[in-house]
Amino acid sequence: MRIALILLFLLALASVPGSLFPQRGTSPLRVKEFLQDNPTSGPILDRLYMFDVFASPWFAAIYLLLFISLTGCVLPRALEHYKEIRSLPPVAPKNLSRLPAHQQCYSTRPAEEIIAETQQAWKKRGWRVRTGDGWISAEKGYSRETGNLIFHLALLVLLVAVGVGGAVGFRGTVIVREGSGFANNVTQYDTFAPGRMFGPDQLPPISFLLKDFGATYQRGGRQNGAPREFFADIAVKDNQDAQPRDLRIEVNDPLRTSGITAYLVGHGYAPEFTIRDAKGNIVWQDAAVFLPQDGAFTSSGVVKVPDTVPQLGIQGFFLPTASGDFSHGPKSKFPAADNPQVYLSAWIGDLGLDSGMPQSVYRLDTENMKRIGIEELSPGETWKLPNSGVTVEFSGYREWASFAITRDPGKGWALGAAIASIVGLSLSLLIPRRRAWLRVTSTPSEGNLIEVAGLSKTEAPGLANEILQLAKLVPAPEETNDR
Amino acid sequence: MTVNETLAQASNAMVYGSMTAFTGAMVAFSISLAKGRRLETLETSVERSSASHQVRMGATATLDRPAVSTSVSDEAGRGEGRRAGNIGMSLTWLGTILLGTGIVFRGLSAGRPPIGNMYEFSLAAGFAVSLAYCLLSLTRDLRWLGVFITMPVLLDLGLAITVLYTDSAQLVPALNSYWLAIHVTAATVCMGAFTVGAALSGLYLVAQAAEDRVAAGLEPGRSAALAQRIPSADRLDLMAYRIHAFMFPIWTFAVIAGAIWAEAAWGRYWGWDPKETWAFITWVIYAAYLHARATAGWRGRKAAFVAIAGYGAIIFNYFIVNMYVQGLHSYSGL
Repeated sequence: MRIALILLFLLALASVPGSLFPQRGTSPLRVKEFLQDNPTSGPILDRLYMFDVFASPWFAAIYLLLFISLTGCVLPRALEHYKEIRSLPPVAPKNLSRLPAHQQCYSTRPAEEIIAETQQAWKKRGWRVRTGDGWISAEKGYSRETGNLIFHLALLVLLVAVGVGGAVGFRGTVIVREGSGFANNVTQYDTFAPGRMFGPDQLPPISFLLKDFGATYQRGGRQNGAPREFFADIAVKDNQDAQPRDLRIEVNDPLRTSGITAYLVGHGYAPEFTIRDAKGNIVWQDAAVFLPQDGAFTSSGVVKVPDTVPQLGIQGFFLPTASGDFSHGPKSKFPAADNPQVYLSAWIGDLGLDSGMPQSVYRLDTENMKRIGIEELSPGETWKLPNSGVTVEFSGYREWASFAITRDPGKGWALGAAIASIVGLSLSLLIPRRRAWLRVTSTPSEGNLIEVAGLSKTEAPGLANEILQLAKLVPAPEETNDR
Repeated sequence: MTVNETLAQASNAMVYGSMTAFTGAMVAFSISLAKGRRLETLETSVERSSASHQVRMGATATLDRPAVSTSVSDEAGRGEGRRAGNIGMSLTWLGTILLGTGIVFRGLSAGRPPIGNMYEFSLAAGFAVSLAYCLLSLTRDLRWLGVFITMPVLLDLGLAITVLYTDSAQLVPALNSYWLAIHVTAATVCMGAFTVGAALSGLYLVAQAAEDRVAAGLEPGRSAALAQRIPSADRLDLMAYRIHAFMFPIWTFAVIAGAIWAEAAWGRYWGWDPKETWAFITWVIYAAYLHARATAGWRGRKAAFVAIAGYGAIIFNYFIVNMYVQGLHSYSGL
């Protein structure tokens, strides 16, 4: 027990840095920032796994040792408990009046009758009873130890479920624009994190179309602009040949189908542009995903047009509610699209797409480019770029939603183990384990002296009352006297 | 749905009213404590507990002595002390009822469970503490504990109304779930009960220190003034244990309910978010406390320090993690 205690302290202590330093598992970008801001201490901390605390060998060492110690403790106890359940309560002690709870009375009835009847009555109340010459020994509350064992066993199952679920499952994220679709294969994901034992056959062939995304926001008051509701209306097909079914995904209401779960985790705007060359031919036409930069959804993004000569790049901001105030650059003042505008800057030159280096679709590499103009546009307006016949039309916007799609086959097991652990814990902490005895001694003057006494093996309250209740079941007409 | 401003204002008035009542209660309980004396002297506590320890060492393994009544003002604190204690108790009831009404009004004003930000959570935690105290005091005399209940409640409410205050408003979508009522209520109740548990463990340390000095034949020392007015160390230790043992499964439930909710809202049931991490740390420390109480050499003083450390983790999780650490549980509304 002492070793388990020390390991528990170590486990608590070892978790602390995991909450104080940014963790790669939850916020990789903040880890990167931290490493940039702390060039000397950062790499040292990194080598100590301070940014991967919960995946670090020393954290694993602590919990594995804890579980080894737990197994080593629980197995012998389970065996002992099994024996105890099958055996009888111990023989009654000689002197019952020394026990913490004690009742006595006198009766003229024969000892055998008293013992036989009391034994029946106590059994009915759930006590395990053993009788001997002039005494009864009783015990109850075995489910306390059973609960204790269930609890510790459930922790083992939980650990395995977490480990296996993480190793076999996956987690991916994808951005889908209104009117566009998603088909469940690895190439369609924007980010994809498979477990160590993941196989592509675990991706069920589902697909869905995002028909509509909606959001409402608080208007007015101190929490002006705080989101109040998000939803995504989608049409899902469980496989290629299935009929699509319409349903709605909300923040606390994910799509669960074919062993995967799809969550609505983010949203934003995708302004629609049509770009024509000097001859009026369309060289680019789509809704470009812009990423939100602040709570009012000032969004930024780029459009790359490689097919014009020279190549054209557009860098821009989309403001759902333009404020007309430029003192801090283009800023939206409300997240809903009340007065959408875009602020664009056009660049010509070499986009750098042929260099072979992978490029972000949200960033323009302007090293070999020259800015030729800036402009603000409202929906329906067209901008004629200076000194070239190229036109950029801002025709409107679509919204996009981002989804996290996960599969964790250990989830059900983990939940079952968690529930079992609460049940076991409640039994082991709340069920009192008690022993009670009755002893009949003949006295010369007043007939048989009947003593009932008890002992609590735990710190639960109410022993005295329970012994009183047991004493009342003794078939003796005379009054019972408290000690 | 919009916010009903009249109800929101009424809620604030109720909270101020309850703070006034709790202040009065704290003063009254302090007077009662100063005037009261417990039934059992430090010397008898020492004798009794050493007797009980001897039995424990003997053949009958652990032996639970019957509870000895050690209420403060039963006989010694007649008159003023007793009257002050009764006033304190009545004012605590009043404060609890006003606070409860304030919380209900707050919920009605926004049409949702009133546990959506730190201000509301603090009100709920204060209410949980004072209500638990009031209900427990129905069946036993707990006036000696009153000042140690009303003081943290007042601190909590004071922080709530000054630092944590946010206007009544609708919820952000992530909180819009029936799990809010389940997970947050369970966590609130635990926070309230663990406050009482920590107070009892702290008082135990005071009583134990005084009894140890008496047992060693020394003057009881400075803590004796307080130790003479609260139950014996053994009794306090037992009370603290019972509260912690009763609350631990509920805390486990609160954490698991949070995990189930996280699975529905964030796509994973456990992700080592800072709040989750500290809930885990708290759980591990309280688990260590329960083990410590069953480990030779750890019972008593060391175990009490572990319980207080567990409460420290709760407080850290509530104030520091909520307000200063970036994570998914950033709902303070500040």
